Amino acid sequence: MVTLIVDNKEIETQEGSTLLQACLDNGIYIPNLCYLNGIEDPPGSCRLCFVEIEGYDQPRTSCRVKVQQGMVVRTNTEHVRRLQKTAFELLLSTHHVECRNCPANKKCELQRIAKFLHFGLKLKRLEPLERDIEVEHEHPFLEYIPTRCVLCGKCVFVCRKRNGQPMLSFAKRGFDTVISFFGENDKPVDVCNECYACAEICPVGALLVKDSPNTSNPWKRGSFNDKGKCQTPLK
Amino acid sequence: MNLKSKETLIDVFASIKTEAEKRFGKIKGDSNQNIFIGMATCGLASGAIEVKRAFEEALAEQKINARVISVGCLGHCYAEPLVIIDKPGFPPILYHNVTPGKANLLVKAFLRGDDPVFEHVLGAMEENELIPTVMEFPRFNQEKRVVMGKCGLIDPEDIYQYIAQGGYSALAKALTLDPEQIIFEVLESGLRGRGGAGFLTGKKWQFVEDAEEKGKFVICNADEGDPGAYMDRAILESNPHQVIEGIAICAYAVGAKRAIVYVRAEYPLAVKIVQKAIEQARELGLLGKGILETQFDLDVTVFQGSGAFVCGEETALIRSIQGQRGMPQPRPPYPAQTGLWGKPTVINNVKTLASIPPIIEKGGKWLKGIGTKKSPGTAIFSVVGNIVHAGLVEIPMGVTLRSLVFDICGGVPNQKRFKAVQIGGPSGGCLPEQFLDTPIDFDSLTEAGAMMGSGGMVVMDENACMIDVARYFLDFTQHESCGKCTFCRIGTKHLLDTLERITKGKGRDGDIELLEDLSIDIKEGSLCGLGKTAPNPVLTTIEYFRDEYEAHIQEKRCPAMMCRELTAYYIDLDKCARGCDACVGSCPTESIFTTRDRKKAIDQTLCVKCGECMTACPSEYDAVRKVSPPELAPKIARPEEG
Ligand SMILES: Cc1cc2nc3c(=O)[nH]c(=O)nc-3n(C[C@H](O)[C@H](O)[C@H](O)COP(=O)(O)O)c2cc1C
Ligand code: SF4
Ligand code: SF4
Ligand code: SF4
Ligand code: SF4
Ligand code: FES
Ligand code: FES
Repeated sequence: MVTLIVDNKEIETQEGSTLLQACLDNGIYIPNLCYLNGIEDPPGSCRLCFVEIEGYDQPRTSCRVKVQQGMVVRTNTEHVRRLQKTAFELLLSTHHVECRNCPANKKCELQRIAKFLHFGLKLKRLEPLERDIEVEHEHPFLEYIPTRCVLCGKCVFVCRKRNGQPMLSFAKRGFDTVISFFGENDKPVDVCNECYACAEICPVGALLVKDSPNTSNPWKRGSFNDKGKCQTPLK
Repeated sequence: MNLKSKETLIDVFASIKTEAEKRFGKIKGDSNQNIFIGMATCGLASGAIEVKRAFEEALAEQKINARVISVGCLGHCYAEPLVIIDKPGFPPILYHNVTPGKANLLVKAFLRGDDPVFEHVLGAMEENELIPTVMEFPRFNQEKRVVMGKCGLIDPEDIYQYIAQGGYSALAKALTLDPEQIIFEVLESGLRGRGGAGFLTGKKWQFVEDAEEKGKFVICNADEGDPGAYMDRAILESNPHQVIEGIAICAYAVGAKRAIVYVRAEYPLAVKIVQKAIEQARELGLLGKGILETQFDLDVTVFQGSGAFVCGEETALIRSIQGQRGMPQPRPPYPAQTGLWGKPTVINNVKTLASIPPIIEKGGKWLKGIGTKKSPGTAIFSVVGNIVHAGLVEIPMGVTLRSLVFDICGGVPNQKRFKAVQIGGPSGGCLPEQFLDTPIDFDSLTEAGAMMGSGGMVVMDENACMIDVARYFLDFTQHESCGKCTFCRIGTKHLLDTLERITKGKGRDGDIELLEDLSIDIKEGSLCGLGKTAPNPVLTTIEYFRDEYEAHIQEKRCPAMMCRELTAYYIDLDKCARGCDACVGSCPTESIFTTRDRKKAIDQTLCVKCGECMTACPSEYDAVRKVSPPELAPKIARPEEG
């Protein structure tokens, strides 16, 4: 076991654990979107989980730091909050907020972070950015709504884990990056075996299971128009 | 290495060298005349193939016996095609801007007759009584060539030419040393990586040497994605063996048996030349199994990168070789610990590796004596933009920006004023005039808000609008963002949009502060070097040209009169000559009409601000004016028809 001090509190955790996991296990919440417990070599891409660690002059992403005996950590400094709020507002600026019609409403990670950071779901300094991407209708069982996706990559990770080779992957680059239903080597994904692990793990309402009578999946969708707006609000 | 194989290796190399000297001696020493033509990408682009053909035809026609040899890049792009003629009885003479016509003339006048045709001579390559040498030009005498010493002087496709000029003797020497001694020399030289970050090369090698794991790799990073930068390409195309020799020495020092040269696929000539060079080195036993009959094996291959800028970042580069999406991973772990296929890996830039053979040959202390204390050695820049002598320059570190721009590269053309220099590639900073005395070295440039980067350098004259410049570079980095992390993927897009808005006259109060705040957060929050540096052009232009931002935002005025939406053209009625209609036909939108007193005026509602009328107006009248903000243009109504 390793002990460290987080926000003046002593916590104990297993050796080899990431700092983020250690905090979460001890009831200390740090905003995060791209980290999964047990993920090997975390992508460190959402840039939300910043903390300050004694001995380092810049905040560091806690999902990429392994705990060390005696580490002194602060999760709520001004610097940390500034970076988190900017990262969050950046994500929001590409996100179509319409919680009332969203199947993720109340379970959504963005809502949770908005509340935690006292930021809300409205843009403050930034203008909304539009991306020219269509909703993906091709997939037999799944629907992808890019205007909600935060590109956390969890769906790709769980799919790879469950099926060996992921049936979905990142596609395009830069600002146009999306998740696409083509496997890593452009393999068309008629091989999806309907495990719905991806839709379950999605922290927002971006991956939905199309109507399918025998699914027990909670993310059953209504019918969506091309902007991802739900036309049949859930009951 | 035991003594016996030490001796055999010296013998083996000596016999290769003798063979090389014999072959190259044939070229240099005998009564033959030689014509060297620069055939790197830039020479080819300015017509070197035609020039070469013209020489060959003229030689055949005149029945003159001379050898035409393709060589690489001398770095003097402004003067391409370049030709060196080496004729017994004369010093080797460098000719510039050679055309097929000049080639014909040179064969007749110089090779047939003995007239070197002085008006086309740039200078002699050696001291002599007859012709002033190129060393009289600052462009030549202020340079210091460590890496590019042989570039443009040897045929890159003939390994013997490199060996005859001293090539591969550093490898032969290295193999007689212990790996620790080599790393010691590299550490002592103080050499810092030329790929941008300036990390101590010896230290990097030490890490990999120390690693216990087997199956180590050496990777030569020749991704070079900066727009306008082409020094790595030029080196690979002009003298690939110096890089390969550096790779081999590195591999021996760190204990790697496999090496990869990562070249972008858009450099087909470089790919071809490097592949050929590897093949030739293998045939001579300088690569492959049992190099120079020692126990040292090294397999070098070329990997053609798909061309994304971010693939030059070392962790993305590794993923790209592994067949994954070229996205960076957070470091640590560094490639020296966990690199290609999880093995300890040295990744060095082309120029870094090409600096190694001279260090081994002349000692670490020798390199330390060049440049500055903290940045020893030379820096290579590709200087482009509003500059008289564009091209590649290799200078000792510590030379000031002023001497690089004005002395070595001839300053700004067309009597324009110098305004700024963007240094360090697209994520570098824009430095204004008051920074011209900054010495060029890693730390001074970083301190000024720019960076050494890969060595791209763009010189800008008074006509550059600094907001537009920032927008241009942001447009590049924004499109090259890999899309992985939040700050870079979305943040740079907001920066770009805001800059665009400002150049279109839609700037608002608070935009400057928004740009600054976002830039700082993007720099701190991004995952890899691309995002961490992308805001530099924004931050430096705001810092050094804040008044231009304010003019755009508050007065809707572009001081450089570059932003189309913020400028207007009008015709000065006092200057316009009655009856002249030179401008009328030049206007693509028929915006120019005749006023009541038979002068011309511009209909602002139709004008697309192309500037054609300004060019068309005869200089004795010089009546067309450009103004910013557009409201300054007087409104002149079209006379009623009829
Ligand atoms: C976005 C980005 C692009 C890069 N491109 C290159 C490149 O084209 N060539 C290069 O040598 N290094 C490039 N680098 C730097 C490499 O990551 C790495 O630091 C370098 O290859 C190490 O070699 P050195 O120690 O010899 O400098 C780039 C870095 C970043 C962040
Ligand atoms: S994903 Fe759905 S619930 Fe979450 S913020 Fe977006 S619209 Fe609201
Ligand atoms: S679809 Fe959901 S899980 Fe997949 S990357 Fe987007 S937000 Fe993450
Ligand atoms: S900083 Fe930009 S290029 Fe680097 S990982 Fe993040 S998104 Fe990709
Ligand atoms: S600037 Fe171009 S469009 Fe405008 S009046 Fe002159 S020629 Fe015509
Ligand atoms: S959770 Fe650490 S960067 Fe996303
Ligand atoms: S002088 Fe050769 S590439 Fe320019």
